[in-house]
Amino acid sequence: MLSVKHLIDTYSLTADDITQILDTAKSFDPIVNARTIKKVPALRGRTIVNLFLEPSTRTLKSFELAEKRLSADSISMGGSTSSVVKGESLADTIQTIDAMNVDMFVVRARLAGTPQVITQNTDAIVINGGDGKHQHPTQAMLDLYTIREHFGHLDGLKVAIVGDLAHSRVCGSLAPALKTMGADVTLVAPPTFQVGDPTWFGCNQTNHLDDVIEDMDVVYMLRVQLERMEGAAIPSRREYNRLYGLSLEREARMKPNAIICHPGPMNRGMEIDAEVADCARSRILDQVNAGVLTRMAEMYLLLGGEE
Amino acid sequence: MAYLIKGAHVVDPQVGLDDVRDVLIEDKTIVSVEPSIEAADATVVDGTGKYLVPGLVDMHVHFRDPGFEYKETIASGSRAAAHGGFTDVATMPNTEPVTDTGAEVRYQIDTARRAGLVHVRPIGALTRGEKGESLAEIGDMVMEGACAFSDDGHGVQSAGMMKTCMAYVSQFDRAVLAHCEVESLSKNGVINSGRAATRLGMFGWPPLAEELEIYRDIELCRGTKCALHICHISTAKGLEMVKAAKAEGLPVTCEVTPHHLFLCDDDIDETYNTNLKMNPPLRKASDAEALRAGILDGSIDCFVTDHAPHAKHEKDCEWEIAFFGTIGLETSLPLMLTNLVNPGLMSWTRLVEVMAVNPRKVLRLDPVTIAAGSAANLTLIDPTRTVEVTESFFQGKSKNSAFLGMSLTGCATDVFVSGKRTLIDGVVA
Amino acid sequence: MDSYKLKATIMDEAAMKRAVTRIAHEILERNEGSSNIALVGIVTRGVHLARMIADEIEKIEGSKPPIGTLDISFYRDDVMRHIAPVIHATNIPFDIDRIDIVLVDDVLYTGRTIRAALDALMDYGRPKTVQLAVMVDRGHRELPIRADYVGKNVPSSREEDVRVRIVPIDDCNIVEIWEKTTTEGSEA
Repeated sequence: MLSVKHLIDTYSLTADDITQILDTAKSFDPIVNARTIKKVPALRGRTIVNLFLEPSTRTLKSFELAEKRLSADSISMGGSTSSVVKGESLADTIQTIDAMNVDMFVVRARLAGTPQVITQNTDAIVINGGDGKHQHPTQAMLDLYTIREHFGHLDGLKVAIVGDLAHSRVCGSLAPALKTMGADVTLVAPPTFQVGDPTWFGCNQTNHLDDVIEDMDVVYMLRVQLERMEGAAIPSRREYNRLYGLSLEREARMKPNAIICHPGPMNRGMEIDAEVADCARSRILDQVNAGVLTRMAEMYLLLGGEE
Repeated sequence: MAYLIKGAHVVDPQVGLDDVRDVLIEDKTIVSVEPSIEAADATVVDGTGKYLVPGLVDMHVHFRDPGFEYKETIASGSRAAAHGGFTDVATMPNTEPVTDTGAEVRYQIDTARRAGLVHVRPIGALTRGEKGESLAEIGDMVMEGACAFSDDGHGVQSAGMMKTCMAYVSQFDRAVLAHCEVESLSKNGVINSGRAATRLGMFGWPPLAEELEIYRDIELCRGTKCALHICHISTAKGLEMVKAAKAEGLPVTCEVTPHHLFLCDDDIDETYNTNLKMNPPLRKASDAEALRAGILDGSIDCFVTDHAPHAKHEKDCEWEIAFFGTIGLETSLPLMLTNLVNPGLMSWTRLVEVMAVNPRKVLRLDPVTIAAGSAANLTLIDPTRTVEVTESFFQGKSKNSAFLGMSLTGCATDVFVSGKRTLIDGVVA
Repeated sequence: MDSYKLKATIMDEAAMKRAVTRIAHEILERNEGSSNIALVGIVTRGVHLARMIADEIEKIEGSKPPIGTLDISFYRDDVMRHIAPVIHATNIPFDIDRIDIVLVDDVLYTGRTIRAALDALMDYGRPKTVQLAVMVDRGHRELPIRADYVGKNVPSSREEDVRVRIVPIDDCNIVEIWEKTTTEGSEA
């Protein structure tokens, strides 16, 4: 049983919580990847609402598949099909949905803290599917799963997270989780993309990918949010690629057993070159598979653990 | 109507008084202050164990009237002010329409008179519509009774425009109250830059955005000689600049709010309590500590609430879209008593300076003293009475207090506004 | 939490060994040899019991039937009433279609575990038959389920706990009855 009622952020998770999630996900692997019947009845009759206030096809489909494979009944509501856009407050929306007797909300939101607000308006369990620039804990869990599958452990690994850290909920949730599991985290970004708090979770910080790439076990490339480029924190895609992009030349300098991750969708030719994205080190498609397994584990542990 | 306040400890540094006295009020005026007074016709108010001070002034409130009456009106704000122990409040001009003409000033004064609970002292806008583009009718507003000028809610972004404003105001013996915020630095900011912003995943509103404009306005003050009052100062560095300006002899003053004194960004946690969303934002604990030192040592002149009422739906939402501000009128004196005066860190004399004497000076109001002949604007305080800060405690229209849930010690029990008893043993008249 | 104290040891090592041998013979007799059978142990003690039975079958027939392990955590009907159980991986390294499967568990009680195991098994394929072997049948069925092979029938009270101990999880092979020492009722 997890020490938290909801999955809102990763810094509330203990190492034991994370290990439980990853182990449970691992036990779903033969079911999802080896059986003809890829589902179990564990959450039969449970109702899950995927409330996606910010569009995200990948994450939504990953959750939907995880829900189906656990036999839960789920519906998905997006910005365009809900009344959230019609001036109704979030609290009103949640109470309205909650009146339909929902067991769990999976929430994706443009604004930080939305899942927390939802917990205050429902008795249902809430999973944060990404909120603003705050957290994306289910992404962090699938990343940890992918990395642990490759190395067999997480402690002692050197992980570089590279990119738009200041705007990144992926970094915001992955870095603390890695630290909790005993990994050594280096944040690599131009100064204009670095996190605001330099002491943040005891991560190392540098502006120079070339200084650290040879030491890393994992190079985690973040998507540069092109839609957040206004205000010009970097001058151009071209310059970003030259300074921070994962090129074949940089890939060649990585440790023999080191791997590359990316949360997707990729800007090929910007943060990662096309050949690198498809190279043997790339774990990008493994991450997608791990997404379903870890999301199944999270829903199973949170709903199964409820009194 | 006559009142005889018996046996209260009277504190008024303006007349060197810090002792037990009887005070007799007749009509609108204090007629006698003596060790013992007998007056058969007067209603006796027992002041034993209480403190009697010149009427408290909150020189930075938002009454939302006209335009946003669903949040607060002059009448409801007046009730909150009386409940909090105030005789005077200065209202910021960011109403709808903006208070940028004499007629708007006159509306507030007349409406407040009908409510009859507190002297409302309107602050006029510096620029038309608070847009920072062209001068408001400052002279017209002075003639209708505006006590100061401010574009509070925004900094005046253009240095040139601010220079024009200050130069123009300098002819009227009024202060410019400066909300300092360089918007290109605070853009999208909803929380202090730093640890909390990073942890909670939100854009920071950095100290620099405030400090840079404080620096600018002090330099403009040097050039224009216009009295400058820095609103809701929130950082240690900003305060250092004000201190240096004062040491130089420039006409610079400043104010601080209860939330910047007694809260900090460490208080903002994963519950995203939007009542802690302020502009300027709650800063670091070390900033709050420096501000507390500043209000004790005299470098901060005034204690103000920045009373900012918002409706429930404007706060009961995600932090990033929640409105800025907390209400403050009814908790400000109790917070001061609980945190500084009762523990012996601040003298009663200093309390009277920052909550009554200095605000009147900055607003160019007639002084109120506890002496025969002065206007009978008085606040009687029980330093031992317990205040439980719940939503039902508040008399104002909105309940968005950063201090909900606190238990405080000490509050006003009685208020006299020009001789009218507006608060009677803790109950608004 | 209820506490229990030991009431009696109802099978010792020798008795359990005799029961395993007998069950092995019965399985072979009923299925006319071991050519089409496979054993599937329900985690955790059923797995070890399945291995003991398979070893006996090997002694008799000269060849060992395939053994699988089945975890039923994701198939329980009481997931919502209990904290999520510790999960052990299911491992069925053979095709179960058209095979005679012998499910093996230590104790048959309400039948709910077997119901879950049957559902789980069906998600792996379509066996020819599914049979059930248990070391102890203690009664109190809540579902229409019965065992095909039983080590020992142990009439028990609901207030009692029947515990099968099996090496290597435990330090010996015995069956014990424990009785509740506290009086508060508990449906856990």
